[in-house]
Amino acid sequence: MVFGVLFPVFLFLSFTINRHLTAEFAIPGLLGMILFFTATAISPVVVPWEAQSRTLERLMTCPVRIETIILGDILASFAFGLAISIVPIIIGLALGVGIALPAVLGVAIVLAAFCFASLGQVFSIPPTNIPATVNMIASVVKFPVVFISGVFVSLSELPAWAQGIAYLSPLTYFTDIARRSMQGEGHLPAWADILALLAFTAVFLAIALRAH
Amino acid sequence: MIERETVIQVGNLTKRYGKLVAVDHISFSVTKGECFGFLGPNGAGKTTTARMLTGVIRPDGGDASIVGHPAGSLRAKQVTGVVPEMANAYGDLSAWDNLMLMADLYGIPRSHARERAASLLREVGLFERKADPAKAYSKGMKQRLILCMALVSDPEILFLDEPTSGLDVQSARMIMEMVRRLNRDGKTIFLTTHDMDEANELCDRIAVINKGRLIAIDAPERLRMATSGTHSVEVSFEGPVTEEALCKLPSVTRVTKMGDKFRLYTADPGQLAVTLVGYASSKGLRIVSLNTKAPTLEDAFVALIEGGGKCVK
Repeated sequence: MVFGVLFPVFLFLSFTINRHLTAEFAIPGLLGMILFFTATAISPVVVPWEAQSRTLERLMTCPVRIETIILGDILASFAFGLAISIVPIIIGLALGVGIALPAVLGVAIVLAAFCFASLGQVFSIPPTNIPATVNMIASVVKFPVVFISGVFVSLSELPAWAQGIAYLSPLTYFTDIARRSMQGEGHLPAWADILALLAFTAVFLAIALRAH
Repeated sequence: MIERETVIQVGNLTKRYGKLVAVDHISFSVTKGECFGFLGPNGAGKTTTARMLTGVIRPDGGDASIVGHPAGSLRAKQVTGVVPEMANAYGDLSAWDNLMLMADLYGIPRSHARERAASLLREVGLFERKADPAKAYSKGMKQRLILCMALVSDPEILFLDEPTSGLDVQSARMIMEMVRRLNRDGKTIFLTTHDMDEANELCDRIAVINKGRLIAIDAPERLRMATSGTHSVEVSFEGPVTEEALCKLPSVTRVTKMGDKFRLYTADPGQLAVTLVGYASSKGLRIVSLNTKAPTLEDAFVALIEGGGKCVK
């Protein structure tokens, strides 16, 4: 809850207060941040935590594929991200933010939660039994990603070079499709956002399954 | 002679950690229903070998199979149960939930799993506390729970890595008694230990490993008797005697002072007893006690590890 909800909310507030952003613009960004932080909060630490408590060794001696263990960790993170994503949506509804395309938003949340959970699993590839080590590695990646993904500034307001960097982040595509779902307009077509999220998910999943 | 089926086959198994060769081209086999002891000092490669056989780590060379399936494969894991040295139950789960989790991982139907879990927990005296989280258990209770977790799938082969290390007497006895019973019922046991008594009492055969290499495999009694140089005579004199003087006696290979007694190692304990009586008489000493001692498994182990034992002569 600390890393997944409180931290992104306060971070978001610190960058949005006094900037006179509309709720329609701010809520999709907050949703993206919370989903990104929660879905990447559990999967990176499960493997080192299990290694530390030696339960990973227990699992390794059972007739279960390592891929199944990794997928299980990803699903736990995915479920957590999915559940917590309801919080910013409720906040948005309370502030009067409508959802123009609820089905698109639903698909995007599910896809992004799985994508971010898979990314989280990539963070735990370095062999360690200290969760703090993995958290440090994850933070080094997560914070810059938040600032280059159009969470606080619309993609269309960014210069071309910054947009080029933004396209390297999976969060960019979720924030964009979330804005389209809520505001009715986005920078990229919805299908492009979905395709990009699918591609990132495939890459993160392949790396996580192969490298562990 | 009845040919027994080989259930664990190891050939040239090797594991390296950087420049250190933790397990160095070891080969052995274990037959069905055998209790096989894997003995060695700390850092000899016992646990590394067990971890390769149970699929926790991959070997760098050689091969190993469990009931004909490659070690570490799902089929091999399906027929094995593992009791590691350090208890590794999920601390936040109850004993019961830990057992149900294991049953799920082994694909055991829930009704059968419940029956088996209840029977195992009763056997180790944990049934009354089955709802308590594992983290609230003592070390001995945790290790008993781990044994139940390893047995919930009713495995053909049981791997035990120093299962009684650091346990209270009651838990250690309970675990050893259960292992003995399981072996009697036909289960194959692979036991890594550095406890000589445990290995001597339980094992049909013992492999001794040191610095990653297998240095002996045989029945405990044959290992014990093979180290003829470790026969000894224990003697206590009334009067001053030095180790150096006793070391000069014929056929003595080593002398150890043990309190008010001396232990003299020899290949011929009968002759040495006669020599000692003559020595005492010539020096005007009275013999308080004199006993011949057959080598223990510990003597054999030390002799093997030290490459034949130290001679002070």
